[in-house]
Amino acid sequence: MPASRSSIARRLLWSIALLLGVSLLVQAVFQSSAYEWNWEAAWKYRQQFLFGWLTMLGICAGAMVVSVTVGLLLMVGARSAIEPVRLLCHGIIEFIRGTPLLVQLLIGYYIVANALHLNSPFLIGTLLLGLFEGAYLAEIFRGAIESIGASQREAARAVGFSTTQTYRYVIIPQALRRALPGSTGQLVSLIKDSSLLSVIGIEELVQKVRILNSASYTGLEGYVPLAVAYLIVTLPLSLWARRLERRFAYET
Amino acid sequence: MKLEASGVTKRYGDQSALDGVDFETGSDARVIALLGPSGGGKSTLLRVLGCLMTPDEGAIHLDGRKLPNEEAESLVERRQNGFVFQGYNLFPHLSALENITLPLREVHQMSVGDAYARAVELLARLGLSGHEHKRPAELSGGQQQRAAIARALAPKPRLLRRDEPTSALDPVMTGEVLDVIGELAAEGQHIVLSTHEIAFARQVSDTVVFLSHGKALETTPTQRFFEEPTSEAARQYLQGLSKYR
Repeated sequence: MPASRSSIARRLLWSIALLLGVSLLVQAVFQSSAYEWNWEAAWKYRQQFLFGWLTMLGICAGAMVVSVTVGLLLMVGARSAIEPVRLLCHGIIEFIRGTPLLVQLLIGYYIVANALHLNSPFLIGTLLLGLFEGAYLAEIFRGAIESIGASQREAARAVGFSTTQTYRYVIIPQALRRALPGSTGQLVSLIKDSSLLSVIGIEELVQKVRILNSASYTGLEGYVPLAVAYLIVTLPLSLWARRLERRFAYET
Repeated sequence: MKLEASGVTKRYGDQSALDGVDFETGSDARVIALLGPSGGGKSTLLRVLGCLMTPDEGAIHLDGRKLPNEEAESLVERRQNGFVFQGYNLFPHLSALENITLPLREVHQMSVGDAYARAVELLARLGLSGHEHKRPAELSGGQQQRAAIARALAPKPRLLRRDEPTSALDPVMTGEVLDVIGELAAEGQHIVLSTHEIAFARQVSDTVVFLSHGKALETTPTQRFFEEPTSEAARQYLQGLSKYR
């Protein structure tokens, strides 16, 4: 539904008012706490910060591609007619979802990657993060596909679609829309989870901020811009997802 | 057309939806109505006739040709026939027009222009001009039902199968939809339908197959079925239906 001009104006006014209110509140909290903010010391490290941010973006972009691929493969495998394949994929999904990312990163990097003679933390970090989020995506995809009812499959059969055509023209287009909100939520998680990659020595944003904080003898100054830097990526992603959802909306 | 069933059985778990259905219509049947109480096997029989299901036992012959049990052959068979579901089952992500053109293009290899022309023509004939680009959710129940009929008619099927065409419609829409089916029958379209609209079945069909408890109890010309039903179950069914009409 296209929003009218007055409703857009009203929303804008409210947003500004709320933003102002929240800013004042934050200001009040920061001022009344005993912490001494020292922004000058932190500002010197802005280039390091930017570098960390770009590293994070690179890893996240790579991990998103990996996670969607892994998600699709695991979903197809978990629905396979071949029992060992199905069991294996279910097992992988449950194992990955049931254990902490921290443990997976440490074991994956220091044991598995080491045994395979891989030693690029950047590459391994991207793969491990993609694998972790891919397991969640697999379940989101599976739920979406299985939510398309038997009556739609039957209708597709009745008009003469083959199995491939049924998936291509009937099931996937509808499943895509249902998977969208969950998937974007997962991709936002992926971005935030990338902060754990510091444990395998990748100098992404969080690690950079830690270095920055210790080098400049400040305690917390790095973390405020850190939150903002994450929001710069996650907010547009959420907004974009909402626009896509509207475009795919056809059920009333 | 001539429709024959011999020993058709379909079980769901330990429940038989069809329990050895045997019947044979005359070779000049045009519109066959499947009548009978709910749960008697009408929908299941229609699905078997539509090659959407294969029977556990028995066979169906259409004009002397056996309906296939094997999936690839069933697909070929389904492509030559139209099926309209009780719940319409339009594709909700496509417009009324696309619901018709997509199978025409992808299944029947029609060109984009030809498919479009055929869909527009059919929608106009079924009174849906101006609604071509609406999605199913934007159409009323009767309009959805007519769009579903248009989709089933688009590839010029030899036989149209319809499951309870009016069960989800109010009386006005029921009238609209029945008019459409009546017109199709008058034009010579072969139809098999299951219905509870007795007056309509009486008016439009020439053959009745009466199903009860998974068995075909009677197969007779329509007029005779209504005037002198031979089975006790059919007599009770007709009496029950006429009680409040």
